[in-house]
Amino acid sequence: MEKFLNITLKVWKQNGPREKGRFETYKLSNISVDSSFLEMMDILNEQLINEGKEPVAFDHDCREGICGMCSLYINGRPHGPDDDITTCQLHMRKFKDGETITIEPWRSAGFPVIKDLIVDRSSFDKIIMAGGYVSVNTGGVPDANAIPIPKDHADESMDAASCIGCGACVAACKNGSAMLFVSAKVSQLALLPQGKVEAARRAKAMVARMDELGFGNCTNTGACEVECPKGISISNIARLNREYLKAKIKD
Amino acid sequence: MSSVFTSSIGKKLVMGISGLFLMMFMVVHLTVNSLLLVPDGGDTFNAAAHFMATNPIIRIIEPILAIGFVIHIIWALVLTLENRKARGSDRYASGNKSTGVSWASKNMFVLGLTILAFLVLHLAHFWVKMRLTGDDLLEHVTVNIAGVDTLVENSYALVNATFGYLWIVIVYIVAGVGLAIHLTHGFWSAFQSVGLSNNIWRKRFTVIGNIFAWLVGLGFSAIALLQYLFYQI
Ligand code: HEM
Ligand code: SF4
Ligand code: FES
Repeated sequence: MEKFLNITLKVWKQNGPREKGRFETYKLSNISVDSSFLEMMDILNEQLINEGKEPVAFDHDCREGICGMCSLYINGRPHGPDDDITTCQLHMRKFKDGETITIEPWRSAGFPVIKDLIVDRSSFDKIIMAGGYVSVNTGGVPDANAIPIPKDHADESMDAASCIGCGACVAACKNGSAMLFVSAKVSQLALLPQGKVEAARRAKAMVARMDELGFGNCTNTGACEVECPKGISISNIARLNREYLKAKIKD
Repeated sequence: MSSVFTSSIGKKLVMGISGLFLMMFMVVHLTVNSLLLVPDGGDTFNAAAHFMATNPIIRIIEPILAIGFVIHIIWALVLTLENRKARGSDRYASGNKSTGVSWASKNMFVLGLTILAFLVLHLAHFWVKMRLTGDDLLEHVTVNIAGVDTLVENSYALVNATFGYLWIVIVYIVAGVGLAIHLTHGFWSAFQSVGLSNNIWRKRFTVIGNIFAWLVGLGFSAIALLQYLFYQI
């Protein structure tokens, strides 16, 4: 295997939300196969700055796969050609010497482009604000073992809770649907006794907000589950459907 | 309850329930059609068709069935248009290379349109003639139903003559395959939409759905083909 790669990048550049975007082509040489994808992007930007050009704007924060900030649609897939990882966990060894890599922003009506590769994902925050929490009153810390929780419920809840809100599910969906995200957020709480209390209100409020924000209707294609870096299962979507319909029937 | 049917999940509930209802109808329809293969000159089929045409329950179900189709199709159209809007008009230049997403699931509307096109032709061939305009081929014949000689329309003759045309048989085969593919996704998807699924049952519904889809879809195709090949006088 080559130790260093020479690559061509086709990168989406867009000056602002209402501007027309275009692809720019950049060449990079001597990129170590051990570097991460975002390190490669840093090298690109350093090169651009040294040439007196404007760097490429992209989102990132923790760079260890836990914050959900990095995005990027790379060579036809959200988070690039590897499975179950975020872009910051993607390595250059996944690419070949001489390869052309196409980098685009998430594209969905719910995620408008802010600049270049950065999209506005604040609609996710608005959905969370609609009900993705447990209301707790202050007071003494209750004993952890006071409320028994079946192991499989705890496991499923923790799996759902691993959603980092990155938006790859929406980016991958032909319907621009946010159901995997919302179903993970509803499930992580609905499965636990502390969250059950508000489960009905939460499901209704979050789905209503999701619809209002213009996300699409899920038709169960499953592309979200395939591209989710955290392997969130679409069984959460069945649970969300169940929770929502149950809550509506009770009304 | 007010906003249930306008919410995204409510719309999928409507799709799921109407889809399940249509699938149940497919089973009944296929069962009756399979009598076309009883080699008695069509007596059994004519008796069954007579029963279907005169039974009050069937008369009540017929308009419900029509409504079921209309609802399924209208909601499908609304869903598809909304989803195109939600997706936005910007396409990915590097295409879509996600693996493991079934072709059927991405083409439900097109598959549905294939079924719809077939349905129009199908109704023109049989329902219109049997219910509205009549046809020379339908002239009454006597069949023995449970020991009683009964005068019934010769539906078998009309069906048999229709399946004497190769192009019609080919249309039936294509539509049967289209229906099968629609249901390979539709079957498990309907259970998911109404909330009756989890990791274990999704696998089961998918397997059962695949068997069901091809059995029903190819069943209709096979009856048309066998009629063309072996039942022409
Ligand atoms: C005998 C005829 C038909 C049967 C048995 C049938 C069955 C089904 C089933 C079971 C589903 C799954 C529902 C769900 O996901 O909740 C479905 C979905 C769908 N059908 Fe049909 N259908 C038929 C005809 C049609 C027609 C005529 C059209 C449109 C012109 C159509 C368009 C669709 C669409 C767009 C979906 C949504 C895809 C999805 O949500 O997964 N179908 N159908
Ligand atoms: S469900 Fe998966 S893809 Fe969607 S936001 Fe959460 S972690 Fe990202
Ligand atoms: S930068 Fe935090 S998940 Fe990638």
